[in-house]
Amino acid sequence: MNNPIVDARGIHKHFGALHVLKGVDLRVAERELVFVIGPSGSGKSTLLRCLNRLEEPSSGSVVVDGIDMLDPRTDINHARQRIGMVFQSFNLYPHMTALGNVTLALRKVAGKSRAGAEALGQAALERVGLADRAGHTPGQLSGGQQQRVAIARSIALEPRVMLFDEPTSALDPELVGSVLEVMRSLRESGMTMIVVSHEMGFARNAADRVVFMDEGAIVEQGPPAAIFENPAHERTRAFIGQIQRH
Amino acid sequence: MSNWNRFTDTFFNAKVMVKYLPDILSGVVVTIELALLIVVTGIAAGLALALLRSLAIRPLNWLIIFIVDLFRSLPPLVIIVLIYFGLPSVDLSPSGFVSTWLSLAFVLMAFSEEIFWAGILAVPKGQWEAARSTGLTFLQTLTDVVLPQAVRLTIPPLTNRTIGQDAAMISGLKKVWISASTRTWSRPSGPPPRRG
Repeated sequence: MNNPIVDARGIHKHFGALHVLKGVDLRVAERELVFVIGPSGSGKSTLLRCLNRLEEPSSGSVVVDGIDMLDPRTDINHARQRIGMVFQSFNLYPHMTALGNVTLALRKVAGKSRAGAEALGQAALERVGLADRAGHTPGQLSGGQQQRVAIARSIALEPRVMLFDEPTSALDPELVGSVLEVMRSLRESGMTMIVVSHEMGFARNAADRVVFMDEGAIVEQGPPAAIFENPAHERTRAFIGQIQRH
Repeated sequence: MSNWNRFTDTFFNAKVMVKYLPDILSGVVVTIELALLIVVTGIAAGLALALLRSLAIRPLNWLIIFIVDLFRSLPPLVIIVLIYFGLPSVDLSPSGFVSTWLSLAFVLMAFSEEIFWAGILAVPKGQWEAARSTGLTFLQTLTDVVLPQAVRLTIPPLTNRTIGQDAAMISGLKKVWISASTRTWSRPSGPPPRRG
């Protein structure tokens, strides 16, 4: 792969005696959508959180968009602006409106004026189909709407990469579609995305590559069709079989 | 003088009441001033300590925890006595007003630090992560995301502490203040009537 936008090599992560990541390599090309699947506790979320240094890797290297994320001289707050992250539990700021959530980092990190930030924030809400909810607080929004506001909060900063950490796992089934719809349109706009999720239908349709992790290591990876229909490893087969049984 | 008259003359003497009403009122004013001063400085200092504690500098946190636990466990009157009667021996002679203010402000500082700290801890970790992932610094996250939520959580216990307990303490001291000014004019009316 030439010039990957995300280049993580030899990532190890220990939590005390627990060895969560055992030398993971992950390279992602620009405009690529990579799906990371694997059983609970396999280290997928930890890997994602190492990419924007929400979690400090014990060893290894992470370069995102040419910035060495683990170099102590790197301005981590500046670098994080370029890496959007969406969480399972949305994590919207409950004391602010939807627009306030989206504009906070625009004003404080990107240095926009209030008016400039609000224009950009409104545009970001428009992209997730929630322009008419700008004045609502998170408590007044459904789970699906909250997650879309969270996506707007990230894309308003015009990130180079978006990380999704189980974005639909906390949603009622009928609300999942609206969030996947927004993710699909993001993909069509050319966003590089790394998604930890078990939305297999979405992975099949939208992903360029599926990465299967187990016990802190990447077991196999490949195009969705290959991984889902014809997995090479026994563990992958067992996992795919288990989630497709439901 | 009938017993009844002696009773009213001692306890409900209008002339004495009118004469000393201004003294009592000035005592009330002092009490209110003192209360406001204690509440404002005590809570501000408590918030400052909680913010310092959130920086997670270990030796500093040990010091903060020690100070806070000290002032939470010592009875306020002991602290007043220590400051008012103890400090003169190191050539500092705070007035009664200053001694009361300092000691009760220290106590309120200690309790409000714990309340603010609990409020900061009660804000879910995900709030920190979301804010930091958008590039906000630790301090920006603290002031713009965490503190507004923490302060909202702390209002009920903080109000309880301030009104419920410190008001009781101040009102206890108010009795000291008022009775200090009353003692001078209660003496001439002779020894208290014997009960029995």
